[in-house]
Amino acid sequence: MSGVRVLAAGAMTSIQDLGRHGWRHLGVPASGVLDPEAMQIANRLVGNAVDAPVLETFDGGLHLRVEGGPIRLALAGSITAERRGAGGTAPVAPWRSHLLAEGDELRLLACTGARRCAIVAIAGIHVADHLGSASTYVRAGLGGLCGRNLEVGDLVPASAADRRQGERRLARPPEDGNDPIRIVAGPQDDHFTAAALARLTTEAYRVGIEADRMGLRLAGPALEHRDAASREIVSDATVPGSIQVPGNGQPIVLLADGQTAGGYPKIATVISADLAAIGTLRPGSTVRFAWVDVASAQAIVRVRAHQLRTLLDEIVGCGDEIAPEAVELQGANLAGDAVNALDPRTWSA
Amino acid sequence: MSDGVRLLPCGDGALTVEFGRSIDEQVLARVEAFADALREAAQAGRPAGVHDIVQTFRSVTLRYDPLVLSFEELCSRVGEFLDAPPTGAPATDRRWRLPVCYGGAFGPDLADVAHATGRTPAQVCADHAATRYRVAMLGFLPGFAFMDGVSPYLRLPRRQDPRLRVPPGSVAIAGRLTAIYPWQSPGGWHLLGRCPLPLFDASRPAPALLAPGDRVRFAAIGVDQFEALSRRCAELGVDPREWADESAAEAP
Repeated sequence: MSGVRVLAAGAMTSIQDLGRHGWRHLGVPASGVLDPEAMQIANRLVGNAVDAPVLETFDGGLHLRVEGGPIRLALAGSITAERRGAGGTAPVAPWRSHLLAEGDELRLLACTGARRCAIVAIAGIHVADHLGSASTYVRAGLGGLCGRNLEVGDLVPASAADRRQGERRLARPPEDGNDPIRIVAGPQDDHFTAAALARLTTEAYRVGIEADRMGLRLAGPALEHRDAASREIVSDATVPGSIQVPGNGQPIVLLADGQTAGGYPKIATVISADLAAIGTLRPGSTVRFAWVDVASAQAIVRVRAHQLRTLLDEIVGCGDEIAPEAVELQGANLAGDAVNALDPRTWSA
Repeated sequence: MSDGVRLLPCGDGALTVEFGRSIDEQVLARVEAFADALREAAQAGRPAGVHDIVQTFRSVTLRYDPLVLSFEELCSRVGEFLDAPPTGAPATDRRWRLPVCYGGAFGPDLADVAHATGRTPAQVCADHAATRYRVAMLGFLPGFAFMDGVSPYLRLPRRQDPRLRVPPGSVAIAGRLTAIYPWQSPGGWHLLGRCPLPLFDASRPAPALLAPGDRVRFAAIGVDQFEALSRRCAELGVDPREWADESAAEAP
């Protein structure tokens, strides 16, 4: 069988897709990659359906060997990597596809930016669905390979690659931004003092070492509850992006594997467009928040969906250059998006 | 009927419809009626774009695709379900009697609970097993059922120092609630015993053993029985119907 063999598993490396939806009423979180846009780009680069499962890993350390035939793969994220094979050692750039021969090794070295998450898309990956998704959810043993993170010796099966297909690259790789993370107030913002609500967007918070796919603990100026009774609620539903504040006033941002219900009041919710940006931050990073209303957050979702489609359409064959006039046209479109992001007229057509 | 209901956004992809802030029979009945009406509509594909309906003690949260449905549209669409009359009938008539091995290494907090409530450990176990609980909601972890109705004298606040690892199967109490931890997880409830049955199994057509509205009692078993049942569950799998409460008819 062809595929990639795990020689070193790296940190919290798991198979993920866009998640398992429709099971939250049983307490099953969606899981799925922390950065769905990067995942879709990487899949398109190797010729997969954009929602095919990928490997998600944190920082460097993942070390793979190609077995049973050539394998095409692509990396997404601010990651450095190298391949080693008959031809020697060479760097492997993210945001483009690479054909690796049987026996070639791929080693992820380091995430170079503020974000520590990288994605490896493998052409023709085969992973069975479990409750409608291949996403690994370790706590309940769902998805992935045997419901657990990858371990040394695992083989991730994939079809042997078609050598005739040319390699593809993303014309303009996305950059790790450092913009404030946008949040919508509630559902329990009324459990907090006015000072706490102001502090959340005027002060900086630091990502603690307790950061994984379930959530991030942030540290910073305490967010006071209105009174002792406001420190707990009768449990209600949480979502990825919920910012819970326990009695110590230090916020916790829930992510893809976060619990589906909780008894701490939720001061705000990170908008879906910014969830990947905060969820993949390295411990020790600083984060700032900015309030938006729901209508603006939903306008941003539409802009981002449009921008992703544009990015995916801009994937070109390596060696093929886009005609200069096309670049100019796309540049104009994107500039327009950025300027008019919140203007619904931009999206009415 | 829609008095006092609050429509609260959870970011750009979820809406919480809140009926109250405490655990209360009337609130629960309204939650159930509303969630039933929503689920019925969802089976017919309405409103398009809603992909999760999560019922809790006091609210219902809908997750939806903001590219299909705006917050405003969803708020106006759910309005028609707010006045759904409580059906009066329980959501399910399923009753369970689930085996629990109380005390010892399986119930490390039993002695403290007995001490705090002025009862003997045997009295606490007998009371916990005989009480009929009602599943109010699932959540937190896959298959974790929040069961309401702990005897008033047994209602204790959570532990001061939550455990980092509560073993799977642990049967625990906190406040008016009891639960069985389906998976190893952190937890602050008081552990009384352990249940050998799998509460969540993705290979079953209905992966979660329990559902909101189910009634649950417990049956005390010994360590030998616990071990035998655990082995049988692991090797052969069990038909959950084995644990249906047959004596339901004459029970109050």
